[in-house]
Amino acid sequence: MAKQNEEIRIGVYVCHCGSNIAGTVDVDNVAKWAAENLKDRGVVISRDYKFMCSSLGQELIEKDIHDYRLNRVVVAACSPHLHENTFRKACANAGLNPYLCELVSIREQVSWVHTDKVAATEKSKAVLAGGVERVIHHESLEPLHVPIHPATLVVGGGIAGIQAALEIADAGFPVYMVEREPSIGGHMAQFDKTFPTLDCSACILTPRMVSVGTHPHVTLYTWSEVVRVEGYVGNFTVTIKKKARYVNEALCTGCGICQEKCPKKIIDDVYEAGLGFRKAVYTPFPQAVPKFPVIDKPNCTYFQKGTCRACEKFCPTNAIDFNQEDEFITVQVGNIILATGYDLFDPRRVESYGYGRLANVFTSLEFERLSNAAGPTNGNIVLRDGKTTPTSVGIIHCVGSRDRNYNNYCSVICCMQGLKFAHLVKERTGATVYNFYIDMRTAYKAYDEFYQRVLEEGTLFVRGRVAEVTDAGRQVGEEGKLIIQVEDTLVGKQRRIPVDMVILSAGLQPRNDAKEVAKLFGLSCSADGWFIEKHPKLDPVATMTEGIFIAGCVQGPKDIPSSVSQGAAASARVLGRIQQGEIALEPVRATIHEDQCSGCRICNGLCPFNAILYHEDRMVSEINPALCQGCGTCVGACPAGAITGTVFSDDQILGQIEGLLMLNVPEIATLKETQ
Amino acid sequence: MPDNQPFEPVIIGFTCNWCSYRAADLAGTARVKYAPNIRLVRLMCSGRLDPTFVIKALASGADAVLISGCHPGECHYIEQNYKALRRFMLLRRTLVQMGIEPQRVQLVWASAAEGVKLAQEINRMVEEIRALGPLNWGQIPEKSPIQDTALEVAV
Repeated sequence: MAKQNEEIRIGVYVCHCGSNIAGTVDVDNVAKWAAENLKDRGVVISRDYKFMCSSLGQELIEKDIHDYRLNRVVVAACSPHLHENTFRKACANAGLNPYLCELVSIREQVSWVHTDKVAATEKSKAVLAGGVERVIHHESLEPLHVPIHPATLVVGGGIAGIQAALEIADAGFPVYMVEREPSIGGHMAQFDKTFPTLDCSACILTPRMVSVGTHPHVTLYTWSEVVRVEGYVGNFTVTIKKKARYVNEALCTGCGICQEKCPKKIIDDVYEAGLGFRKAVYTPFPQAVPKFPVIDKPNCTYFQKGTCRACEKFCPTNAIDFNQEDEFITVQVGNIILATGYDLFDPRRVESYGYGRLANVFTSLEFERLSNAAGPTNGNIVLRDGKTTPTSVGIIHCVGSRDRNYNNYCSVICCMQGLKFAHLVKERTGATVYNFYIDMRTAYKAYDEFYQRVLEEGTLFVRGRVAEVTDAGRQVGEEGKLIIQVEDTLVGKQRRIPVDMVILSAGLQPRNDAKEVAKLFGLSCSADGWFIEKHPKLDPVATMTEGIFIAGCVQGPKDIPSSVSQGAAASARVLGRIQQGEIALEPVRATIHEDQCSGCRICNGLCPFNAILYHEDRMVSEINPALCQGCGTCVGACPAGAITGTVFSDDQILGQIEGLLMLNVPEIATLKETQ
Repeated sequence: MPDNQPFEPVIIGFTCNWCSYRAADLAGTARVKYAPNIRLVRLMCSGRLDPTFVIKALASGADAVLISGCHPGECHYIEQNYKALRRFMLLRRTLVQMGIEPQRVQLVWASAAEGVKLAQEINRMVEEIRALGPLNWGQIPEKSPIQDTALEVAV
C-alpha cells in the first residue's frame, strides 16, 4: 500500500519483443498514450524498447529508477511466468524493492492471440492501465525463506528414478525410493538389447539396481505405493503403503526354494508380457532388487483355499509369514522426484492389425521377451507355437502413435526399436524382414548410423501406413501366412506382403493412473496425459508445483539416454536446493488485522491448511504465516475486510479492474478526476 | 458509442495462477486466436475471488465477467475452487435479483493444458454477450449524489 506522504513515480516500459509484440501492437502508440493519459496516475516516464528482457533493456529500467527517482515500475511484455523475476531483479539492482514492479502480459494475452491491430493496441492500453492502477497499491515485501529437508522421495524405480536416486545418494543425502512392483528396474529390465549400440540391457542396468539396493543412503520400498502427500516444498510428509509381502525380509535370504516348490503357475502379464509363467510366490526375474519374493495373494492356493503352505514348509529360514499385514510408513522429505514411466499402447485397440485375434501378431514388449536370452524361449525367436522359426517377419511402426484415432504424438522410440528388432531377427533367424514406416525418425547420436547398418544388412523398408493384417489368403503363396496390406507410397501401389510373424512397434502412453497420481502430488497433465513440465525448453524437469520434479517418460515419450539425463537433471535441481538449505518463496500470504476482526470465524472453516487459529480469549482469529499458502480464499470471504493478502490485495485487484476498464468508460475517469 | 458500429462487449476474466492463467499463456504460445474483448486479471486461486470484484467490474463498465479456475478436484490449494463455485452460485443468484442476466457472469473450469478450450469459451461468451447487448450500469448519464452512494454501497 502506498504510504500516505509518498509521491507515486511510475516508469512504464512497453516491449516490442522483436516483432512478437510489435507486429500486432502499435507499441510506440501504447507508450505515448501511457505517457499522456496516465500522467496524473503517477507515470513520469513511458518508453518502448526492442527487447526489455535484454541486459540493455534492464539497464534502461535501472538507469531510469535513478534518473527519474522511480518508485514503481510497470513492464508490458510477456507473461509474468516467464520474465517477472528478470524485471524484479533489475529493480532490485537499482535499489528498488522488487515487489514494486508489475509485469503485464501483452504478448501471450494480446499480440499472439489477436489479429486486429487496432483492437490489439487498444487492449494493450487497457492491460497496461490495469498494471499502472495495480502497481500504485504495491508495497515493499521480503521473500519468505523456507528450510529444505535434506531427504528426497523418488517415485518409480525405472532407469530414470534409479539415476536420480543414485546421484542424490552418492552426494551423501538420504533418498526414499518407492516402487510399485516387487523389484526395481522398470521396463529396461525387460529388454534384451538397447539401441543403437546393442548393449545388453541387463548388463548395464543390474549393476545400477544393485547400487540402489545396497546404497547406505537409499531406503528402498518395493511392492509399495505412495498414498498420501501433505505439506509443501521443503517439508513434505509422505505416507507410503508397503503392501504385505508375506515374506519376512529380515529372515529371507533370497535362495529361491519357495519359488521352486510353489505348485501354482500363473501367466506373467507384467514382466513376461504374457508370454511366460511365474509362480504365486515370485520375484519378477532372477536379478531382482531386492531379492525377496512376494506372495501374490489373489493367486495363492493357501490364501484362496486354505491349504498348501508349500513355500512355508520348504523355506530354510522360516521367512514365510502369512500373517503379515499392509504397513503404512510416514517419511519427511524436502523434494520429490516422480519417475513413474509409461504404459505400452494396447494394440488390441487397432483391430485391423489383429493383435489378440491372430496368434502370430506380437507387441514390441512381447518381442523383447522373445528375443531375451533370459526370456521364456531363451532368446529363440519363434512363432506362438513355441517351436517354428519364422522365415519372414513384418515390423509395423507407429502403432497407436501419429494417428488421430489414438495418439497424435510421436512415441520417439518406435523407429529405433523397429530397427533393433529387424537387426535381431536377421541376426538370429536369417528371416526376410520388412519394416513398414511412415517416416524414419532416427535423430540423436549414432542412431542414423544404425539405420544405415540395418539397411545394409538387407532389411526391406516399405514406406506407408499398414491398412490391415489378415490371415485370409487369396493368392498363391499366402496360405497359412499373415498378409500385410499396405500402400507403398514410394511406388504408389497397393501391396500384399505375406509373412510368418508380425511385430507391432507400439507407442508409449501415460500410465493408466497418471491422472490420479497427478492429483495426489498436485501436478497437472497435458491433454495427452503426460505430466506438464515448468517450461518445455528451459525447465523440463521442474513442475508448476515447487519441490516436485519429473524425470523420464512420465514427462513424455523418450529413450533410455534421455531418461537417464532427466533423472540426473532432476537430482541436480534437488541437490542445489538441499545445498542451499532453504528456498525463497513468493511472499503471498494473508494476515488478519486484529483490530478489525469481529471473531465471526467464517474464515476458520475455509482454510484447507488449518492455518487459521481462533483465540478464544481475545475473540479474534489469527493466521499462522508458516502454514498459510496464500490462496487468498479467506481474504475474499472476510465480511469485515479484516484480512489482507499480500501481492494480491483488494486494493491491487480493484485498482487493476478500474485500470482495465478505464478506456471504455470515460465517465469513470472523469468521476475520478472530480473526486 | 456511435449507433452504426456493432456492439463490442468488454469482459473481465478472473483467472487462477495455476491453471486458467497458464491456459491463457498456452493459448498465446500456441497462437490460438480469440476475440480481443476479454481482459484478464490474475489471482492466486479462484477461491480468492471476492464477489466485490465481480460487482466492481460490472459497475465499472464491464459487460460481463468470466471466472475460471482449476477443474473440480484439481485445485492447487486442495479444494478452494469448490469455495469459488459456492460463491459463484450465490453471487449469480443475487445478480439475477438485481436484474442482471445470469449469462453475464460465467464460470469455466480450465486446466493449464486447456488453452484451446479457454479460447473457445471466451469466443462463445463474447458472442453470447454481444447478442445480449451492453450492460449500462457503469455509464451514469448524469452524476447525482444518490447514484454515487448506490455505487459506493455496491462496491
